[in-house]
Amino acid sequence: MSASAVHSLWTTAAPIEKIDAPTIEYAQLLPTLIVIGAAVVGIGVEAFVGRKARYYVQMFVTVVALVAAFAAVIGLAAGGHASTEAQIVAMGAIAVDGPALFLQGTILLTGLVAVFTFAERRLDPQAHGNQVDSFTAQAASVPGSDGEKAAIKAGFTTTEVFPLALFAIGGMLVFPAANDLLTLFIALEVFSLPLYLLCALARRKRLMSQESAVKYFLLGAFSSAFLLFGIALVYGYAGTVSYAGIADVVDGTVQNIDPALADTMGNDALLLVGGAMLLMGLLFKVGAVPFHMWTPDVYQGAPTPVTGFMAAATKVAAFGALLRLLYVVLPGLRWDWRPVMWGVAIVTMLLGAIVAITQTDIKRLLAYSSIAHAGFILAGVIAATPDGISSVLFYLGAYSFVTVGAFAVVTLVRDAGGEATHLSKWAGLGRRSPLVAAVFAVFLLAFAGIPLTSGFSGKFAVFKAAAEGGAGALVVIGVISSAIAAFFYIRVIVLMFFSEPKPEGPTVAVPSPLTMTAIGVGVAVTLVLGVAPQYFLDLAGQAGVFVR
Amino acid sequence: MSFPLLTATAAVPAIGAIVTAAVPAARRTAAKWLALFFSLATLVLAIVIGVRFAPGGERYQLTESHAWIADFGVRYELGVDGIGVALIGLTALLIPFVILAGWHDADPEETGSKRWRPTQGFFALILMVEAMVILSFEATDVFLFYILFEAMLIPMYFLIGGFGDRAHAGSDEKAATQRSYAAVKFLLYNLAGGLIMLAAVIGLYVVAGNFSLQEIAAARASGELEMATNTERLLFLGFFFAFAVKAPLWPLHTWLPNAMGEATAPVAVLITAVVDKVGTFAMLRFCLQLFPEASKWATPVILVLALISIVYGALLAVGQRDIKRLVAYASISHFGFIIMGIFAMTSQGQSGATLYMINHGISTAALMLVAGFLISRRGSRLIADYGGVQKVAPVLAGTFLVGSLATLSLPGLAPFVSEFLVLVGTFTRYPVVGIIATFGIVLAALYTLVLYQRTMTGPVKVEVARMPDLRVRELVVVAPLIALLIFLGVYPKPVTELVNPAVGHTLSDVQKKDPKPEVEAAK
Repeated sequence: MSASAVHSLWTTAAPIEKIDAPTIEYAQLLPTLIVIGAAVVGIGVEAFVGRKARYYVQMFVTVVALVAAFAAVIGLAAGGHASTEAQIVAMGAIAVDGPALFLQGTILLTGLVAVFTFAERRLDPQAHGNQVDSFTAQAASVPGSDGEKAAIKAGFTTTEVFPLALFAIGGMLVFPAANDLLTLFIALEVFSLPLYLLCALARRKRLMSQESAVKYFLLGAFSSAFLLFGIALVYGYAGTVSYAGIADVVDGTVQNIDPALADTMGNDALLLVGGAMLLMGLLFKVGAVPFHMWTPDVYQGAPTPVTGFMAAATKVAAFGALLRLLYVVLPGLRWDWRPVMWGVAIVTMLLGAIVAITQTDIKRLLAYSSIAHAGFILAGVIAATPDGISSVLFYLGAYSFVTVGAFAVVTLVRDAGGEATHLSKWAGLGRRSPLVAAVFAVFLLAFAGIPLTSGFSGKFAVFKAAAEGGAGALVVIGVISSAIAAFFYIRVIVLMFFSEPKPEGPTVAVPSPLTMTAIGVGVAVTLVLGVAPQYFLDLAGQAGVFVR
Repeated sequence: MSFPLLTATAAVPAIGAIVTAAVPAARRTAAKWLALFFSLATLVLAIVIGVRFAPGGERYQLTESHAWIADFGVRYELGVDGIGVALIGLTALLIPFVILAGWHDADPEETGSKRWRPTQGFFALILMVEAMVILSFEATDVFLFYILFEAMLIPMYFLIGGFGDRAHAGSDEKAATQRSYAAVKFLLYNLAGGLIMLAAVIGLYVVAGNFSLQEIAAARASGELEMATNTERLLFLGFFFAFAVKAPLWPLHTWLPNAMGEATAPVAVLITAVVDKVGTFAMLRFCLQLFPEASKWATPVILVLALISIVYGALLAVGQRDIKRLVAYASISHFGFIIMGIFAMTSQGQSGATLYMINHGISTAALMLVAGFLISRRGSRLIADYGGVQKVAPVLAGTFLVGSLATLSLPGLAPFVSEFLVLVGTFTRYPVVGIIATFGIVLAALYTLVLYQRTMTGPVKVEVARMPDLRVRELVVVAPLIALLIFLGVYPKPVTELVNPAVGHTLSDVQKKDPKPEVEAAK
């Protein structure tokens, strides 16, 4: 039997249909394209630029790309794409609207500030005459091996962190803008994989760093699987992966059933299970209880600049995606998801605040604090009102800068073993280095939500939205958790200012202007959003409408 | 637009705080004089407010209103009534004395720390507290008030925790531990109260749609804004809880003895004479105006709590071995009187309560500051370590006696007038409560006189034998306060005239009239 005859047993020659090239609105995708493009360029730089110059070239490419992308976001917003011109582009895959642009702008700015902390090279003592950053000399070498020593001696640095960060930022830009479930999933993977890698790259305590990366990867893969399974089930239910299409089916406005899915379409069981799995995938990324287990270990093990970046930008992207999913895809189901999210928000707030009290490591403490904050933000998400959207947007903007700033301060406090993250070592820091301690105190007060800081404005915004959305009980639990959380923030302040410094205590390294910028921006944003938040509230308010 | 007098009165100490903090490390003395200068400038402005304010005029005067955070319905709105003017006056009056009394409290050799410019920090924090307290007396926007109410905790916290009393049994380390414990306890109690209030503030916004005290009160009075009974009660409780922590009312009082015991005497005065007044002031201004029905509903319970505060505070004061903690418990007893006067809902009661706030501020300042001078000489806070001081330092002992007598409300000194008014005001409506409260006075006589007797009279203890008498700086602090106590004791009219119209407004908010003097009713 000839080959074509065999082939014909199970194929028929289909008439070749004309495939239309997809129309892509490049201009409106510019921010993402710039960032991803720069990441690709960055890989080229790794391959072709000499080792000495690489750091500077990568820095330049990264900063220029982020600034240009931010300018593009501003341009799009100025062109009305955040309000009247909002539309769905790239064949229905991506939404360019207010929330997307606001969050993209936030991610780009936090990313930029975080990249400054990535590039910091003055904190670690010089190794063999070379200035080094927080990242390992050679990721592929076994910790403690001769290869590693040789790499350090040769002055290698892992400049790959810049393209990796750009890829992650690129994925994060798409994540809150994704308008169908597959794009959502791909964006999730695009930003998660570089983050797993970045977590493993710490210069010191490499085993811990690698352990954190493995944990993050395994649990992350697990949650991705849930998300994917959820997508499959929802597809079975709706016959489409596009957000608007699913929403229509949920609302019951579409009746033409895909014959291939006739058995499953409209089956509410699929929708409920699938929707729950989608939520699980996203709640994992925001670090909400009970999907928070990875947070403390990963925050502690990852290089601190990466932790700051991850804690801020991932949260922004993931909450953006969560908002869009709940407000665009599943509003018809809100009577089903609201009780569940109530429960999640309550346990997240309480558990984050309570467990943080027992922490003795500053990075773990900030990790649990980030869990509690995820709970506060969820309270705004639950409001299911336009105010809910804008308050969450505002909170995310305020929170991300405080977070990057706070972790940047953590990188400064050092002893012989690198960063001194154990809380006992922070005793008396206020007497040794009053300025650093005061700055950190400002960040802690913002986390605690003390008035005249951005934390208070944000907290007030989300609690107000929640109360107006009929979640008064949630607000009461929120303020109780805030009171509990205040305890451990204040404990750190007590430690810094009212405890006697230990003789063998850590020193505070004097950073380069890069980290100073990151910290300075953090303080400035904290105070401005605390005292005069009106402009930014307006901005978030105008950006608070999703396109469908 | 007229000159923003109210803003200026708060801005001057705030600017003073920044200027003081910016003084170079070596110019410590300049920082002190600058701080004193700014506090005196504030006092001048406070006097101008007093002069410009017309007691019989509009309810809120010298008002200012600017847009602030439109999204939250928040405006920067200021205005004062007679009660506000009186309390601004008290604050502005006391701060220069606090600064003078604490002149050496934050000297590096005194605090024993190598910290960065402690002196500048100490005086800057005091001025910062002053600015926030004054602005909170002026705020007629609930949100603005809330922000100040919370934010003032932070400088207070650093004052308590960072500049504690070194006169302490035991080691420096132990003192530091107890001090930070006191500071944290202070902050956590007040922050928890404040956060509960935050929930109520948000709730109020959801119900009323804005934060303007005048607008909400007007809408309430005209019946435009209806609140469901339960909503009103819950909101009232949220507000009242925060104020009761701050005031402090039993059983939320336990932070006060710690804070006052560990802080330096001037800071202790700042806490009890100035900052705590914001709590009682806010009960009058916010609880009664915004939630009149709920206030009436809660009155019986609050009166009982106030009574417990009066008696319990006094009883514990009797049992104290530590001079500063004794004054703290005495203050708890006095705050019980103030709160009782407010919730008796009679004009005498509320005028008396307002007057009480002023007089308690002055008398406690006098007693506590002299006690501070005494403690700094001997290096101990324990009553048992003293004896016979009046033979060694007669001026010190004399001023201490006047302060003590003021605390027990001796007729002829200012606190007598207010205590009498509060008791009369309470008695006309709640005779039993009034009768029980008088026991507080008896106990006050016990604890103050026993304190005086044990420390000042008797044989001279060896340790106090070489104790110097009051210095000029200390006399400058104490003499005016004592003069004021006597003046207001004999002639309280300036303050009562200022306060009475405001009290009338508040009472009309809660729609209460004074009970008619009936002989039958008193039986």
